Amino acid sequence: MKHNYDVVVIGAGPAGLASAIEAKKAGAEKVLVIERDREPGGILLQCIHNGFGLHTFKEDLPGPAYAQRFIDEARALGIDFMLDTMVMEITPERLLWLSSARKGYFSIDAKAIVLAMGCRERTRPQIRIPGMRPAGVFTAGTAQRWVNVQGFMPGKRFVILGSGDIGMIMARRLTLEGARVESVLEVQSYLSGLMRNYVQCLEDWNVPLHLRHTVKRVIGKNRVEAVEAVAVDEKWQFVPGTERIIPCDTLLLSVGLIPENELSKKAGILLSAVTGGPVVDQNFQTNFPGIFAAGNVVHVYDLVDYVSEAGNQAGHGAALFANGTLAKPQKSIKVNAGKNVRYVVPQFLDPQALKDEAIVLQCRVTQPIEEDVWFEVRSESQSIVRRSDRYARPGEMVSVKLTPSMFDDVLKAGELFLDIYAKSEA
Amino acid sequence: MEEKNFICTACPMGCKLIVRLDGNEVVQVLGHRCRRGENYGAQEATTPKRMLATTVRARGGLHPLLPVYTSAEVPKAKMQEILAILRDVDITCPVKMGDVILKDIADTGVDILASRDL
Ligand SMILES: Cc1cc2nc3c(=O)[nH]c(=O)nc-3n(C[C@H](O)[C@H](O)[C@H](O)COP(=O)(O)OP(=O)(O)OC[C@H]3O[C@@H](n4cnc5c(N)ncnc54)[C@H](O)[C@@H]3O)c2cc1C
Ligand code: SF4
Repeated sequence: MKHNYDVVVIGAGPAGLASAIEAKKAGAEKVLVIERDREPGGILLQCIHNGFGLHTFKEDLPGPAYAQRFIDEARALGIDFMLDTMVMEITPERLLWLSSARKGYFSIDAKAIVLAMGCRERTRPQIRIPGMRPAGVFTAGTAQRWVNVQGFMPGKRFVILGSGDIGMIMARRLTLEGARVESVLEVQSYLSGLMRNYVQCLEDWNVPLHLRHTVKRVIGKNRVEAVEAVAVDEKWQFVPGTERIIPCDTLLLSVGLIPENELSKKAGILLSAVTGGPVVDQNFQTNFPGIFAAGNVVHVYDLVDYVSEAGNQAGHGAALFANGTLAKPQKSIKVNAGKNVRYVVPQFLDPQALKDEAIVLQCRVTQPIEEDVWFEVRSESQSIVRRSDRYARPGEMVSVKLTPSMFDDVLKAGELFLDIYAKSEA
Repeated sequence: MEEKNFICTACPMGCKLIVRLDGNEVVQVLGHRCRRGENYGAQEATTPKRMLATTVRARGGLHPLLPVYTSAEVPKAKMQEILAILRDVDITCPVKMGDVILKDIADTGVDILASRDL
């Protein structure tokens, strides 16, 4: 069969752009990026605030500028873009079915594919808020796109449910645009986003944050008129008598992101029940040889710099696969989430690929540990490496590096566990 | 003597800082775990500064708004003034990333830059 492309990347966000660039640099001749939007850049185009690129460029850039640097590099390298084109289906044989207004329904085939479809936001049905169904309930990301790209303000008085970064960043943005943000409600007893965003987005602009609070009911017939907020206990049960009516015309939901994997699911790619993304090895290869995945499609990252890094690795693997130099995985070493760990990515290591490149295991802790901690990788019975930090928080992804000098131990172990625990418990 | 409380944002650790002031003079910073935190506390207590990112109206581009940002941090006290100036800006595309949209905004010595091509 004649292949149209060596590497086809689905999604032109930071993960997809980095994958395409690295695939090209690693020797893939024909590289294509497919994007359903009219322009490349992904979610970053609506993230106009600063804070991007501190690791990658040692500069404090707004989202669109971070994306633009990669777009410019991809274009300079001669990578093809197919915009306004949606990938409808992929097969394990790496055939892609596409749909676009101009070309209709058509297919192309690839020697290797990188999935980089990003994530989507959890919506109201997924968190089940009772009450009427008036207009004026949106996800924070939808509002972000309206306000920052399309120039449309969805309301005047807001309540934000969830203290995720997007919600807090929107609280500041709406305030700057002259709206009032009455309150940010968070069901957990801790902030789910970064402390920096709490200070610069809420404190700076006098937006009150109520931890252990949620929305009990949305009030209003045609348009939201108010929400009923309520305190909750440790088990997230309403505390009677703490109800309070907050008048507002808009409720924004910032209650989490889920990897976007409709395509992967339909193709039969193995997904993790915890991350919602494909199960991958250290090359970010899925259970289907030649199909790789990178960025928020694998698990939700909190820093875009790490998304670009993951894109690099996946793109590199894809180029090697396309050129026939990446051997098919024979068996694998399972990486388990151990004590206090919600998940680890990659979930598997390919022993053949344990050579001279260090491997980074990324993980999230289950609940905050606000004291000195160890991050430890071990076999069933023996420690392989551990490093310390001053805390572990669910909002911040943690990585532990495995260097080539440890690979002997890793191979001997046959199966790995990653633990996080307070030093005082050691 | 006056005391002010801050959460340090110079790194994700988020130490709780106490800054003791005599008028506008920093006498002591407490609660930091490193030098950067000490500097952050002193600056925050006297002239807090922030990066600002917002949008201005744009004509003839793919979108009706152009995202812009400050080339350096600006005093928090000048935010409203800067926003008011930017509300009246109306630019014509094409624009290149990094183009200076306004020089020395509100006498801060800081420029307003385009965040992307449009
Ligand atoms: C609303 C929102 C706001 C965020 N804000 C921040 C922030 O402020 N800071 C931060 O660090 N991170 C933020 N994130 C996380 C952010 O997604 C990552 O930092 C980063 O942009 C992820 O990159 P990605 O390439 O994996 O995904 P994305 O940037 O989401 O890119 C995925 C791309 O794939 C395309 N796509 C999806 N499916 C298909 C298909 N079937 N066919 C063709 N194209 C397809 C999409 O259109 C999109 O362009 C935010 C996420 C969301 C959802
Ligand atoms: S004081 Fe130092 S360690 Fe603490 S938050 Fe500030 S920069 Fe980080």
